[in-house]
Amino acid sequence: MIKNILNLGDAALYCDFGSDVNQEINSNVIKYFYHIKKLNLKGITNLTPSYNKLIISYDLNIHSFLSLKKKIENIEIKENNKLEKNLIEIPVCCDNNFALDIKRVENKLKLKSEIILEKFFSKNYFCYMTGFVAGMPFLGDLEKDMRLKRLETPRVKVPKGSVGITEQFCNIYTFETPGGWNILGNTPQNIFDTSNQLNPNLVNPGDTIKFYRITLDQYNEIKR
Amino acid sequence: MKSKDRNYFKILRAGINTTYQDLGRNNLYHIGIPFSGAMDKRNFQLLNSLLQNDYNSPVIEFAYQGPHLKYFGKDIFFCISGNVSFKIITKEGVIDGNSYQCYLLKNGDEVDIHSTNKSVYGYFSINGTFGVDYYWGSCSINTQAQIGPNNGNKFSKDLEIEIIDINNSFNKRKLDYLGSTIENIRVIKGTNYDYFSESSQNKFFKESFKITKLSDRMGMRLEGPKIENIVDPNIKSEGLVKGVIQITSAGDPIIMLSDHGTIGGYPKIATVISADYDRLVQLTPGSNIKFKDVSLEDAETLYKLYQMETNNIISQIK
Repeated sequence: MIKNILNLGDAALYCDFGSDVNQEINSNVIKYFYHIKKLNLKGITNLTPSYNKLIISYDLNIHSFLSLKKKIENIEIKENNKLEKNLIEIPVCCDNNFALDIKRVENKLKLKSEIILEKFFSKNYFCYMTGFVAGMPFLGDLEKDMRLKRLETPRVKVPKGSVGITEQFCNIYTFETPGGWNILGNTPQNIFDTSNQLNPNLVNPGDTIKFYRITLDQYNEIKR
Repeated sequence: MKSKDRNYFKILRAGINTTYQDLGRNNLYHIGIPFSGAMDKRNFQLLNSLLQNDYNSPVIEFAYQGPHLKYFGKDIFFCISGNVSFKIITKEGVIDGNSYQCYLLKNGDEVDIHSTNKSVYGYFSINGTFGVDYYWGSCSINTQAQIGPNNGNKFSKDLEIEIIDINNSFNKRKLDYLGSTIENIRVIKGTNYDYFSESSQNKFFKESFKITKLSDRMGMRLEGPKIENIVDPNIKSEGLVKGVIQITSAGDPIIMLSDHGTIGGYPKIATVISADYDRLVQLTPGSNIKFKDVSLEDAETLYKLYQMETNNIISQIK
């Protein structure tokens, strides 16, 4: 399933699963990720799955590129290995104070805001990867008529909990951070829990997300 | 703990970016948490060796201007690594301290760390252990994700730094070491090297780049000849590692450092080799750097040599 293994610098393997972004390729990446994680190989310092790549960082004192590449190439993963999938429901409030970019999205997509939100909430989304900042899930796919580019000038600060869309993806800002996604709402739910060291992420690669809409009162109730 | 039994530093001035650091946290990239840890691992290692602490003991890292600390408690030794100017203020008077030398502190003495010289990071520690909390096996403070002791924030004035253990059998030690600088940063060509025009590829290795002020523990932004992308200014977001040099849509290089975002969507032109990382992070804004292309095999050998050199320096501690 890995097409090719290159080096990323001198201390990481760059495992290439293809160039397309789809759930089939991504599921293969996630299968490898969980499999290698479970092997608990000495000297592996990080595994970073993404849409169609898996990066394996290693301790240069323990591995060299060629020896570790061989080890990874020899891993056999059965095609019918099932991915563990959780369905997670996440509340989102689209009050004007939270839907920072709804006007821009209306203009770009040439759709009314109610239609945009109806379409957004009618689908389940697949979690391709988490990261960039701690716990941020990259979800997909949006319908073709819901796709637009990111903001021309990214925001310096996107509020924590913001739910945004760009191209075929949506995500949740787990921290206040700079960012350029089109913000449609905000969730009161904590997506990344620093105090939960065993399982800090609410959403993990392979999971399915169902967003549901809540009112401002409900939002404040959950926040409290 | 009764206050008379406590050993602690009170922070009179925090410095610019002062944090606890150790070797950092592994195996969390997949949830978006970077390694963090001391930026300059060699100086981290030298400091813990000088103080006879465990190799992964917490130290205090500072950038440019360090903290001004006042000590309360029983006699203790401290040491500073890096190229650092600092003063020790005691009842007897004020003396200028030297890096890589251990000094005695008595109750009421102060250490005022003015600045790092022609470098960015310096390290401070004691012959003992700071009272820190561990998050995913590390006490490194990542201010961006607010992970680590002090609620993941950098140090501020009036904070008290607890010492939970002092090694009483410690003997004062020192090292004659002038530090190590670098002229060229050696890199391995990146996975998107062919995204850039041939003339830009040549410029990348022939011309020099200036380190801008937009540099911190997350990344280092460079300024120089624009690197022309002839394929696509974005790639599908994928994992990053420290040392990766991405080219932004504006054509400028940005080097990922220890607190970097774990995934990114800019093409990667090259990656700094592990042997040169400690010296890269010490280069100050305004410095000019040149990149030099090396093979993977050479990079692996250069790393082994760099480690041998570090061990050799440690063996000269007396």
